[in-house]
Amino acid sequence: MQIDRRQLLLGGVGATAGLMLPGGAFAQSPASIGTFPAGVTADSVFVGLTIPLTGVFSGDGGDLKLGYELAIAQINAGGDAAQQWGLKGKGVLGRQIRYKVSDTEGKPNLDVQSATQFIQRDKAIMVAGSVSSASAIALEELGSREKVLYMVGIAGSNDITGKNCQRYGFRSQQNAYMAAKALAPVVAKALGKNIKMAFLVPDYTYGHTVYDSFAKFSTEQGWKQVAKEVVPLGTTDYSSALLNIANSGADVFVNIAFGGDAVASTKQAEQFGVLKRMKLVVPNLSSFQAKELGAELMQGVYGSCDFWFGLQDTYPLAKTFVESFVAQNKYYPRWGAHIGYMQTYLWAMSVERANTFNPVDVIKTMENSKAQPYDTTLGKVYFRAEDHQMVRPIPILRGKKPSDMKHKEDFYDIVAISDGESVMNSPDFFGCKLGPYT
Amino acid sequence: MPSWPVLISQAFNGLALGTLLALVSSGLTIILGTLGVLNFAHGALFAVGAYAAFVLLQYTPSFALAVLLGCGFMLVLGFLLERVIIRYFYDRPHEDQILVTYGIGIVLVESIRAAFGGNAQRVPVPSWGQGATQLGFLIYPTYRLQLIAIIAGLLLGLYLVLYRTSMGLVVRAGIENPVMVGILGINVRRAFLLVFAIGVVAVGLAGMLYAPVVAVTPDMGANFMAQSFVVIVLGGLGSFPGAIVGGLIAGEIISLTSAFNSSYSEVMLYALMALLLVLRPQGLFGAEGRS
Repeated sequence: MQIDRRQLLLGGVGATAGLMLPGGAFAQSPASIGTFPAGVTADSVFVGLTIPLTGVFSGDGGDLKLGYELAIAQINAGGDAAQQWGLKGKGVLGRQIRYKVSDTEGKPNLDVQSATQFIQRDKAIMVAGSVSSASAIALEELGSREKVLYMVGIAGSNDITGKNCQRYGFRSQQNAYMAAKALAPVVAKALGKNIKMAFLVPDYTYGHTVYDSFAKFSTEQGWKQVAKEVVPLGTTDYSSALLNIANSGADVFVNIAFGGDAVASTKQAEQFGVLKRMKLVVPNLSSFQAKELGAELMQGVYGSCDFWFGLQDTYPLAKTFVESFVAQNKYYPRWGAHIGYMQTYLWAMSVERANTFNPVDVIKTMENSKAQPYDTTLGKVYFRAEDHQMVRPIPILRGKKPSDMKHKEDFYDIVAISDGESVMNSPDFFGCKLGPYT
Repeated sequence: MPSWPVLISQAFNGLALGTLLALVSSGLTIILGTLGVLNFAHGALFAVGAYAAFVLLQYTPSFALAVLLGCGFMLVLGFLLERVIIRYFYDRPHEDQILVTYGIGIVLVESIRAAFGGNAQRVPVPSWGQGATQLGFLIYPTYRLQLIAIIAGLLLGLYLVLYRTSMGLVVRAGIENPVMVGILGINVRRAFLLVFAIGVVAVGLAGMLYAPVVAVTPDMGANFMAQSFVVIVLGGLGSFPGAIVGGLIAGEIISLTSAFNSSYSEVMLYALMALLLVLRPQGLFGAEGRS
């Protein structure tokens, strides 16, 4: 029973650190806050999932949903997988997780509407989901106002754990800053130092912060910006922006568009001859980009992401995740599924560590996780107390040549796994001010 | 200030974008102008066309054949929609028509999603359209060049059918006074059926031709739908030449604004529409005094 003993020891460290938190932490949590304890029955709790199943983010959203569902099923069953994560028995603290999914089309107002319903009608003890960073910001604000925990789904904008950070929101995906800082040296090494680059930037929080971060770190590598095209979210025809990029004389095309927009813009870039003359770099790859565009277009493309199934060779829990996901859904999970899966487990583990669903205690447990890191699909990770950003490794991928693919979904090589600590922004860099607990 | 080559490139791109918008909008305006029905399922039908091309390409050896068969499919779909639903709404207020066609649109899009999922599908550029063509200082995708010619031909054909054939005459007369045309022994309802189906084929065809260029997703029509409404407002509600001119103007505005700043292209489109509505409420080619 080596695992148990180790956890016991770590638990001891965690509890000690918890007591050292300002204000005595755990002792002073209010008996009633948000949907607690109203939302906790003797045998179950409710979790609300707001996910874009239609619209430009629907591909990622569908994958995300399957990830949540797999984790919830595993946790409720209490089998081997849940035990590997360190959960005890069936469900979380003996409660089965009930859940509902609402389709939010990637629109922040619909996210807020359905999350409000989940909280008021279903007494959701936790809300999770979203693909758009704009939605994530709206949801973490709602969560903090309603005092209900929100575990951010797919969302890369710096603002989420930066200027819009909230006490009740936690993100496991790397932010744009971390992704860019990890990616820039790798691509500069591969493509050269004196590179001229052209940007395609979708006009919302995600696009702007990814642009800011990648422009900063690529410039530090000696790269120079020669074009920046800002386009509306959900554009169908990118011809005008691409003409400017094609005429810019750039060596590298940095495409920040995400989801369906990434597919449409890359496809059109190829037709305009942009990909012939320029190397493509995608700071944050979309989940199904390679599948939708084909390996022919994606070969040699560099990008970062939250997770790729090749990580199963590195992390044991990733192997369990990938195998159980493939068995259930007949395809390899993308990072959407991974975020949903991992976030659900992180929440469940934190609840069990706190030994209560009380959100204040759960938040403090997560804030305290540096002293007691979680063992996950990405190895040891923790949430930073100051801004709730997860400190975690970042895989850098490169698109494989079609002839090198071992099977039809083997699109990428993992060329580097950057460690989290070295690429973190300082906690106050983006002006994060977490609100009060109560 | 962008250089002249960039401006001219963008002006040319505006032509390509404009012809496509013209074709999409012509279907909308034919149905509105002749049948008086505001078809909010238009964007969904664009997507149906694109998916028809995607499916048919898997069973046919050539893109052209797939498009031809796709037109047949859109024609049948148009007949069905008209006979089963639309014809009961000809005499109903616009609000009812908008709601029922909007509903049809939702059903179509969700049916596509149920059948094919939310991810983008790949429709390759046909072999005869691959690569890029050198046009002086401008390199332009060959397929898009061909689209300009194909769509121009299609629009001319549509114009000839509506304005130079007896069928077109019957349709236009039927709008003015269906009772009188009926007394003359002409089956107005059958003409209406055909007009609706032609409108559906026009937008479906636009979807098919455009499928190799864009990401083929269930929601791909939404953006075009909004733009094509702007186009027909610019050109004048129900005017076929208006749709063509409006489409070209919209394409040029989007493209030329992009030469300066891409993020303002849509804003400029709507700003111009607002300005035009103030100066000429009926649109460029709209009938005087039409309500």
